[in-house]
Amino acid sequence: MDVFTDPTNIDAYVSGFLWILKLTGASAVFALVLGVLLAAMRVSPVPVLRGFGAAWVGTFRNTPLTLVIFFCYFGLYSTLGLSLSDDLNRNIYWLGVIGLSVYTAAFVCEAVRSGINTVPTGQAEAARAIGLSFAQTLRIVVLPQATRSVVAPFGSILIALCKNATIVGTIGLIEASSVMKDLLNSYGNAVIPIFLVFAGTFAAILIPTGYFFGWLANRLAVKR
Amino acid sequence: MTTGEPLIVLDGVNKWFGPLHVLDDVSLSVGKGEVVVVIGPSGSGKSTLCRAINRLEPINSGTITFDGRPLPAEGRELAKLRSEVGMVFQSFNLFAHKTILENVTLGPVKVRKEKPAAARERGLALLDRVGIANQADKYPAQLSGGQQQRAAIARALAMQPKAMLFDEPTSALDPEMVGEVLDVMTSLASEGMTMVVVTHEMGFARHAANRVIFMADGKLVEDASPTEFFANPRSERARDFLSKILTH
Repeated sequence: MDVFTDPTNIDAYVSGFLWILKLTGASAVFALVLGVLLAAMRVSPVPVLRGFGAAWVGTFRNTPLTLVIFFCYFGLYSTLGLSLSDDLNRNIYWLGVIGLSVYTAAFVCEAVRSGINTVPTGQAEAARAIGLSFAQTLRIVVLPQATRSVVAPFGSILIALCKNATIVGTIGLIEASSVMKDLLNSYGNAVIPIFLVFAGTFAAILIPTGYFFGWLANRLAVKR
Repeated sequence: MTTGEPLIVLDGVNKWFGPLHVLDDVSLSVGKGEVVVVIGPSGSGKSTLCRAINRLEPINSGTITFDGRPLPAEGRELAKLRSEVGMVFQSFNLFAHKTILENVTLGPVKVRKEKPAAARERGLALLDRVGIANQADKYPAQLSGGQQQRAAIARALAMQPKAMLFDEPTSALDPEMVGEVLDVMTSLASEGMTMVVVTHEMGFARHAANRVIFMADGKLVEDASPTEFFANPRSERARDFLSKILTH
């Protein structure tokens, strides 16, 4: 049967991309929360927190993602015995989410921090002058205004995250790129079409994502 | 006006920006209900002095006490103190993403934990008092400079502060808007608010101030009543400064 009509292949294709979407979705949420917390640490008045944030970014931004994902599997799981699910695939999935989240959080942190820098210092000064605490100043006054300039970089980070999710294939999750590799092995006569279908699917997911963030950034553009 | 009881006391305050000695052994006492106008050439340290009082600028040595207590270190205590000292900035610094009314009610609701409805009512009354009640639901960027600065004064007043600091409140305004802001400040002064005002508005200094402080090169050079200061400045530096600004 033809590569694109065999129902087994279709199922594999669909489940591969579903893993990609699930990895992206969960990691995006964790990376966003973690990244904002790290950015808050990096601008906080407490030296220890600033150091922690800087160390996190320095470590994960400068380590290949493959190494981070390998560490999650061989370090956290195989050596330290961290098991997140009895189901093999679920376990690898969550290990992958950890790796993708801690890695992506470093980039989110830097995007948020540069967004914070676009908010005039007078805004934070006025907030402190009426007696808001550091956390309130950040949450109520600075971050809402920073969000507007951070949306566009967030789009790029999310797109990179989605593509990076394929690296979880290296520790055994049958996500899209693994499915593609298997198909390439079985259907040597259809290499180019297989490539085009998988690349096309990524593009079909990511191009609208990019446009959406561009639109959102314009909509939220700051009025001064 | 002056009750004599000191509210803000600076004693031997020094501050450096790198090698620049911006506050050079400054001592000053501001009594309750007193209006002190700080004037001087740019770079003389007057803004820094004003900002040091609520610790937006930390100092290197000396002490500052407010209402009998020394300024606490950064943290909850300092936030509490700042909520008792209103501050008005040269560039207004209204929260750009909040409406005028939200700007005014934010402090009472988030810092003082007032009920939003009560804060809103009081906020509207304050906006009415500074003459911009009809702008309550607009965003800062939609207002003129003079209206923004009056909103900023209302925001500070909403905290029911014990004192108000004005850091060149009219310097960023178009000339025709200076008056409306000074009117609000003058009425505050006459109601007995303790005020420290850094300004170049000599008219305001003359008619609203109890005392004029003249600063130059980080030093507090003169401390006199407005009549005395403008008629008969003691220092050469002050005479020189006045001759430059009053001849035009």
